[in-house]
Amino acid sequence: MAVDAQTVEKLAELARIAISEETIDEVSSRLGDVLQLVDQLQAVNTDGVEPMAHPLDEVQVLRRDQVTEPNRREEFIALAPQSEAGLYLVPKVID
Amino acid sequence: MHQLTIAEIIRGLRDKQFSSVEITSHLLERIQQLDGHYNSFITVTGEQALRDAAAADTRLAQGDAPALCGVPIAHKDIFCTSGVRTSCGSKMLDNFVPPYDATVVDNFQQAGAVSLGKTNMDEFAMGSSNESSFYGAVKNPWDLERVPGGSSGGSAAAVAAQLVPGTTATDTGGSIRQPAALTGTTGLKPTYGRVSRWGMIAFASSLDQGGPIARTAEDVALMLSVMASADKKDSTCLDRPQQDYTANLNDTIAGLKIGVPKEYFGEGLDSEVGARVQDALKEYEKLGAQLVEISLPHTHLAVPAYYVIAPAEASANLSRFDGVRYGYRCENPADLRDLYMRSRGEGFGEEVKRRILVGSYALSAGYYDAYYNKAQQVRRLIKQDFVDAFNKVDVIMGPTAPNPAFKLGEKNADPVAMYLEDIYTIATNLAGLPGMSLPCGFAHGLPVGLQITGNYLDEARMLNVAHQFQQNSDWHQKTAPAAELRK
Repeated sequence: MAVDAQTVEKLAELARIAISEETIDEVSSRLGDVLQLVDQLQAVNTDGVEPMAHPLDEVQVLRRDQVTEPNRREEFIALAPQSEAGLYLVPKVID
Repeated sequence: MHQLTIAEIIRGLRDKQFSSVEITSHLLERIQQLDGHYNSFITVTGEQALRDAAAADTRLAQGDAPALCGVPIAHKDIFCTSGVRTSCGSKMLDNFVPPYDATVVDNFQQAGAVSLGKTNMDEFAMGSSNESSFYGAVKNPWDLERVPGGSSGGSAAAVAAQLVPGTTATDTGGSIRQPAALTGTTGLKPTYGRVSRWGMIAFASSLDQGGPIARTAEDVALMLSVMASADKKDSTCLDRPQQDYTANLNDTIAGLKIGVPKEYFGEGLDSEVGARVQDALKEYEKLGAQLVEISLPHTHLAVPAYYVIAPAEASANLSRFDGVRYGYRCENPADLRDLYMRSRGEGFGEEVKRRILVGSYALSAGYYDAYYNKAQQVRRLIKQDFVDAFNKVDVIMGPTAPNPAFKLGEKNADPVAMYLEDIYTIATNLAGLPGMSLPCGFAHGLPVGLQITGNYLDEARMLNVAHQFQQNSDWHQKTAPAAELRK
């Protein structure tokens, strides 16, 4: 299945990943190969088959709505590329 | 000392033949001298290891020694380690030093094991050759021009090169079993949920599972006894207590029913690999097992289903790497969108970007039903094949990988050819079943792996079946020639 450059650009935008102009044709070609592989699924009759999202069909475990972990805000915020006064810094969003 | 198995190290430490500091020092020196050839480690924590080894020796002397007290191991760099860089093989996390330990790491610390460092891996565990690591490809100790398999290639190569007797690893589509096969080591992927994923950096959450790689089934059993535990921090972790997986290793396997899927011996399988696996099956017959031909009719759909489900889950899991809270951030971003786009564009490697894009495609409006939903339906058909098979047999056996280790760079231009290297392992992950690989001979001078797939939570039986084979063969004792030459 062919994937055109416009589709790759749209996917890159959805995934928030910059793809350079020089590599876009190669990315399109490789994506096309992968999608051709997965297109084999279309030939399978799955009428009435329940989708399986979890191998053991487990249900979500619930617990009481209580704090069980200590507050480690300072340790986590220390990992940020930029922070100030306990807040994460990012570039200006609005002029 | 580097030739000792974990079981032999435990006995040697307790009999005072050597100390933990002595064997730790020996292996650290060996890593320093040899790992330049293999590139199997990303980070070596020598000072910490020697401190932990000294503490282990004290406990051993006091008679207060837990199961793996003083035993050197290493962790795949996907497991978070407090105060030690955890990169997941990616530029994105090159500067990431977690402030906490993964549950698996904590379990090994509680058991007294000594970590020598973090092993190399395909970036975010995406790959079947260990060539996608930001830190460079790992080399197969059996032939330095060949891949060790992936994504746990660093863990497998470190064991095969006798740099460490056992390592942790993870398996999303075969990433424990395939590198174990290609390096002549023994590796086990447990039942989904048997080992906690807390602190294990997520790739595809419904498929990822941690497990051990070592030289023998006995060592794998010793490690799994430590790794597998219930964990309230991971809601997908099964509520089962730790158990002693060594307890049944010596049980007889007479009367064992081995299912042999006809689909595993068809087109695409290297004839020598197939012959070695058939030889192993004959050995099992001599041990009293019965071979039963079975069919897993949806096997050919496992790889296509996987390459919808895994990228879809990866696209969601890897959205957290955005340059804001931790990890790589691009230089001088113009605005928030530019920060996201360039941080992810520059921080991720090609294979990771490709899979995120495939995942975004499969989940996008208009394609969700045709791809994602369809793949989840096929996943149930694949699981049902196994359920039907396990109504007739106790374990399933076949080749782990269709070929022995291939040359570095050989499949880089063709991702689909690379994906097919996991053709016999992926279905097990989709179904959530346990699987393992053990050495069963050589093809073209390279190791061949025999895959054992077990029923849910039947790891003890699989280990018994593997151990009995290793008691009657010596393939697991063969030493990689490259390692021998550089001793």
